[in-house]
Formats: sequence, structure tokens, C-alpha cells
Amino acid sequence: MVVVTLRSPLRDLAEGSRQVDVEGATVGEALRALERRHPPIVGWILDEHGRVREHVNVFLGGARVAEDARVAAGDVLHVLPSISGGSR
Amino acid sequence: MTELLVGTKKGLFVLRGEPGEAFDIVHRSFPGDVVEYACRDPRSGRCFASVTSGFYGPRLFFTDDPAGEWRQATGPAFPEDVDGAAVKRIWVVEPAEEPGVLYAGTDPAALWRSEDDGETWELNRSLWNAPTRPEWRPGAGGLMLHTVCPWPGEPDRLAVGISAAGVWLTDDRGKTWRTGYAGLVPLYIPEEAREGTHALCIHKMERAPLRPERLFMQFHGSVYKSDDAGETWADVAAGLPAGFGFPVVVDPADPEGAYVIPLTADVDRTPPEGRVRVFETRDGGATWAGRGEGLPQDEAYLTILRQAFDDDGGSPLGLYFGATSGDVFGSADGGATWFTAATRLAPVTSVRVSG
Repeated sequence: MVVVTLRSPLRDLAEGSRQVDVEGATVGEALRALERRHPPIVGWILDEHGRVREHVNVFLGGARVAEDARVAAGDVLHVLPSISGGSR
Repeated sequence: MTELLVGTKKGLFVLRGEPGEAFDIVHRSFPGDVVEYACRDPRSGRCFASVTSGFYGPRLFFTDDPAGEWRQATGPAFPEDVDGAAVKRIWVVEPAEEPGVLYAGTDPAALWRSEDDGETWELNRSLWNAPTRPEWRPGAGGLMLHTVCPWPGEPDRLAVGISAAGVWLTDDRGKTWRTGYAGLVPLYIPEEAREGTHALCIHKMERAPLRPERLFMQFHGSVYKSDDAGETWADVAAGLPAGFGFPVVVDPADPEGAYVIPLTADVDRTPPEGRVRVFETRDGGATWAGRGEGLPQDEAYLTILRQAFDDDGGSPLGLYFGATSGDVFGSADGGATWFTAATRLAPVTSVRVSG
């Protein structure tokens, strides 16, 4: 299992869960599994083509990763807003 | 009592008040996010809000009580077989002529249809697959479909406005489309490049419900009207202090009546002379009269965006517009006099009368 950690407002969309355990071999698969578990989160982290949104950061082991990065059991994915978003 | 849904750069404001007096802010939703557009479907009473998070992208919400809980719609979102396209902003939601049907327009420029009161949305593939689409280019605000003009009583007929790809018309409920370019003059490109161009920057258009073949349009640099349902256009900007501006409102009770809010030019999108004035025509654009009583008339350098002007459909006509200064102004007498409905909101992106 991969652990996805969430902050507000994403946490609110996941029934208040700070961490969600999901299956997946890549970041994209893990986040799609998160969407299946918590459908209100669809479209918030990944766009309709499965790409991590421009102003969302997904960190794995201290590095920012894209949707095609490999993950393994026990990995922790941190999903955070980028400092580049929200400028308008 | 009048209710306004005011979209701003920092959330949705629900204002209520008596025309002529300052309105109360009765609720604020989506704090911190851009609310591009918000409206109430008068048929169902359902409210819609297009919200763009600087982080988490765009989405559409709906509710039957704007002070209550909002639900997220399924879409608009491009199907997986549409290569690479992702919705950036949802510019408009427009009730259609059939029960439960609404249209939405987005950036990238696409038309969407819902048949379940806005809960799910389907892409109009015919317009998306327009053969000329590779030649379409964005304006400063993006490449977006921002205007949908239904035809009262005829659900097959629509006109849509795209910035900057002109007017598109359908007579078969969106199965096929044709352009309504004739007469539009893009002064912002060289004369020798205008023939056959798609670079037609529609800012806003509105249909006269009592004479549906009549539309008025605020264009990028001029004002036009059409008397053949958008097939051809005639320049009616003579008499205005500037041809530039964003919104246009047509008097629902008078096909000859319309209102625009001129801005100096595309390089200076503020009111001419720093005076905020709404210009009214009662003769189909042959003449225009400035209406500024009660509006800032000195050193006012605000911008009124394309979705930020609306009417209440009443008689006398109530008019409301918001500005990037965070002010909302209203008129209870068809524009003859104006009052300040709200001040110090965030920059206003849209204003719709909702009750």
C-alpha cells in the first residue's frame, strides 16, 4: 500500500482523512485510486487526462514527482499546493 | 428585495437589498478562490458557481440555497479521447430552452450541454471538431467560449461567442455549425490580414428576446448589432466615447434598447476621462446617451468585465454592474440614475441578478 497525505481543502474532500492508503505502481495510479475511494477529489489533484495539476506539488521522499513516477509499498506521497498558485 | 450573485477574485458574494440603497452582504462562499461566474436558473431556482482555484483548477458547483451547501458537478471535463485538452476556466452557464437543459462555455473554447439541471456535462463535439480550430488564437483572457444566446422558444437555434474566434451559429441543436463573421472588422490586425481571418474578438453579445433575430455585440474595439440572427453585423458605435468595452445588456422589453459601458481602449481599459458612464440606445444603436448620475465621475480608473453587467428584467428596468475596484453599482430606473450597491469587495468578475 502507498500512503497519500492530504491537507485542507483536499482533506475535507476525503471525509476528513489526513492519510489514505491506496494501491498503485505509479503516482498517477495511486492518485486515481484515491479518487475512486473519495470521488469528490476527482479533478482537484489530477486533470482530466491524469496529469498532476500545474500548481499542485506531489512529493515522494523529499522530491517533487510527476504522475509517471514509480511508487512502492510503504511509500508516502505528500500532496500540497504549490507556492506558485493562487496569485490571482 | 433584489438578490445579486457577485463573482469576484476572492469568492462569491450574495448581496440582497432594496434598489436605491446599499445592499447587504448576506453570504460569502468559496473564499480565496476566483468565482468566474455565478447565476441562478430562474426555472429551477438552482444556483451555479464557476470556481477556479489557483491550485486545484476549475470546477462547477451548484446549490438550491447559495447560503447553504454547494455540490460539485461532474464536469465540464474533456473526455479521455480528446487529446490533451483540459478545462482551464468555466466562463458561463446559460439556461437553455428545454426543461433541465443548460449550456456552459469554457477555456479552451468549448460548448457543453447538461440535461440534468447542471449535474453532469457533455462536450459538443461538433464545435470542438470545427475544421478551423487549429487556426483559432486566444485573446488576452484566453481562448474561450464565454457567451451562449439561446433563441426563445426554439431550442434548436443557438448563437455562441468565442474570444477570439467569432460568432458561431447552429440551427440543429449543435449538430452543425457555421460562422457569423460578416461585417465584423478586426481593427487590431493589419487590413491585408483581415480577409478570412478567424481572429474576431467577441467580448459579449446578447439577444433581444422580443425580436430574437436582433442581437447586440460588444466587440474588441466597436459595438455591433445584427438583424439576421448573427449572420451579418453592422457597426453601431458612432456616438460612443470609445468603441472598446466588455459587457452589453439588451432591454428585454425593447429590442431597440441596449446598454454598453465604454472603456478608453484596449491599451487603457478604464472609463474615458475617468468618468464611469453607461451608454444607452433606444433606437437600435443609431444614437447613444451617457448615463452617469450617481456613478463616479472623477478620477475613476476601474474596469467592468464581460460578465459583470446584468438586468433584472423588470419595468422600469433594473441594471447592475460590478467593477475591478470591488464596487457594485445599480439602477432602479433603466439607467437614468445610479446608486452604489456594495463597495470594497474583491475585483468583480461577474454580476447576475438572481432574485
